[in-house]
Amino acid sequence: MATFSPSLPGNVNTGSWLRDKLFLGMTPKAYLRSLITPWHMVAAAILAIGLPVFFQRFAYGIGAVSNLTDTNPWGIWIGIDVLCGVALAAGGFIIASIVHLFGMKEYAPLVRPAILTGFLGYAFVVVGLMFDLGRPWRLPYPMTFAFGTSSVMFEVGWCVALYLGCQFVEMFPPIFEWLGYKRLRAWAMTLVLGTTVLAVVLSTLHQSSLGALFLIAPSKLHPLWYSMYLPVYFLISAVAGGIGMIIFESTLSHRTFKTQTGHLSHAQLDHLALGLAKGGAIVLYLYFWLKVVGLAHEHQWSLLLSGWGLWWLVEVIGFILAPAFLFLFAVRGLSPLLARVAAVWTVLGLILNRLNVSVVALNWNQTERYIPHWKEITITITIITIGVLVFQWMVNRMPILLQHPDYAGESH
Amino acid sequence: MNLNRRDFLKFAGATTATAALTSLPIKAEATEHFTGHPDRKGILVDTSLCIGHNCRRCEFACAKENYLPTPDKPPEDASVFDQRRRTHPDQFTVINRFPGRSEDMPVYAKKQCMHCDEPACASACLVGAFKKTPEGAVTYDASVCIGCRYCMVACPFDIPTYEYNSALHPRVRKCTFCFETKLKEGKAPACVEACPREVMTFGKREDLIKVARQKIARNPDKYVDHIYGEHEVGGTSWMYLSPVPFDSIGMRTDLGTTPYPELTRNYLSAAPLVMAIWPSFFLTLYLFNKRKDQIAAEENGKHKEESA
Repeated sequence: MATFSPSLPGNVNTGSWLRDKLFLGMTPKAYLRSLITPWHMVAAAILAIGLPVFFQRFAYGIGAVSNLTDTNPWGIWIGIDVLCGVALAAGGFIIASIVHLFGMKEYAPLVRPAILTGFLGYAFVVVGLMFDLGRPWRLPYPMTFAFGTSSVMFEVGWCVALYLGCQFVEMFPPIFEWLGYKRLRAWAMTLVLGTTVLAVVLSTLHQSSLGALFLIAPSKLHPLWYSMYLPVYFLISAVAGGIGMIIFESTLSHRTFKTQTGHLSHAQLDHLALGLAKGGAIVLYLYFWLKVVGLAHEHQWSLLLSGWGLWWLVEVIGFILAPAFLFLFAVRGLSPLLARVAAVWTVLGLILNRLNVSVVALNWNQTERYIPHWKEITITITIITIGVLVFQWMVNRMPILLQHPDYAGESH
Repeated sequence: MNLNRRDFLKFAGATTATAALTSLPIKAEATEHFTGHPDRKGILVDTSLCIGHNCRRCEFACAKENYLPTPDKPPEDASVFDQRRRTHPDQFTVINRFPGRSEDMPVYAKKQCMHCDEPACASACLVGAFKKTPEGAVTYDASVCIGCRYCMVACPFDIPTYEYNSALHPRVRKCTFCFETKLKEGKAPACVEACPREVMTFGKREDLIKVARQKIARNPDKYVDHIYGEHEVGGTSWMYLSPVPFDSIGMRTDLGTTPYPELTRNYLSAAPLVMAIWPSFFLTLYLFNKRKDQIAAEENGKHKEESA
């Protein structure tokens, strides 16, 4: 298997469709045996704990598995599964517009993995939402016959639904390459420009809308986090987080799926990581100053002296300004390692911000505070695990990381 | 510029489709100032009259009217006041006790939905389950609710509650102003009828404001000079008088007078701008880069010809 020419496990021809497309060219028995890896054991253990909790949630209601209350109606399912899920999946639209609209073709190898990450990210946001919504089977209602057009949530719902569809269309080329439908694939390629532009529009709208959701709670969200700039903060931090995720995810894929990434040398990947680091530094720096402007605009300087002020500084200095400088040092010192550290740091900072806005600093003035139930955490971890497994399943079958040999030489 | 007709149509089509697709669902509703239904009813709560302990008849009447379980603790049990209570799915109204002007004169304040003139819950609801009726009630329609609980986040008074323990039919629960059974026919809600001390006055909201003003004017020593709910969050159907400052009887005095729907209105109206400007901007960028590549390719070709 260890060769320099990249190969897709699924791209073999044994004469059996099932074997070629699903079992990576192996016999079912050999395929099942190949699944026994340490990572899969861990995943199986998580599923063994998580799936019964899934069942409990749907059989006995939200109350049976969560610490959500009348005072704290939103918890980590909104804070992590939805807010972080959407923001960290922003890499898809960012890298696609860098390549297709800004014309920086050297980032083309990163497009498909980022779009797959984005597509699955959103798909699992919807899965996560199923657990949080009281009546998840009514999810299509706002799109069919009950229109609450004055609601920011309505905009979020529509944009996320349309964007999920848009990303599915963006997934057509690798899916059709996998299945060998050449004509459909050719048609799908003509849609790339349109979907890329649509992706930017929809992402701008719903990334910012998620921040705008909290505009209606000025009496509940701590004034250091409440700002009329919340939509802008959410959008720009999603761009930073998305860039962080692209660097992180491409590094991880490069190590995990070695046989597929041989065409992209370490040196090339390092070069791309440093290029993205430049973008990360600029975006984070801008984000930092916007946070300061927001503070000044609402005359909240005195709040910095409280315990909440300290926590705000931890987020803004420690997880926005610090990774901005780390990215900068990485670019100046040509250190891809530092860029990767900064990327992970940025991602952690984004998670911290979303949790601060939706959980920690929300209802800060209530005596009854929310701490997630272990079953809520279990559900979140299980959903993420399933997401990673699906990512792995698709990458092993579809030309995501490498170019399909039939279309080699063509630009993505 | 090397842009043929086919390409142009493609881009024009993409732009229009983007704009059409994305603008279809999103409309910023209620863009004009809503002054309220003229004859809407309201309730004036004079907290100085409420005896609380050994009574709580409003709580019991509410439970009966709405088929809710009878409150756990009987009227004579004073321990019910040891903790600040809030509304729950099985209790739409609660009486809380607060320190008054002196030790032996506590103030009892009833808590229930304020029935805002411009409700945050209604503007937050993505399926439009909440409605402000012309009679003054804010009603909730469980048949469209998907259970996102954004109404609970949006409500500045922490009123809506949720049936977390129902797997199949969880509903948001809150005071209904007895809309279906009483208010629709112009009658006072069950709690008001049950009150032995006439703490609550039911009537046209604008009349109640006059009543409240008179009460304050006649007894300036008895009341704080403020009608809570007259202007808070744009005005509410339920309004309060109090002998002590409102923030000391558990009511937030930092909510402002801006109707809550306005907090998100500006943001929502920016969405069409993004839909109009972004596609043209990014398609122009695309064409610009395409042209740059073409020129580069042509020059490359020339160089090759020259060197050949």
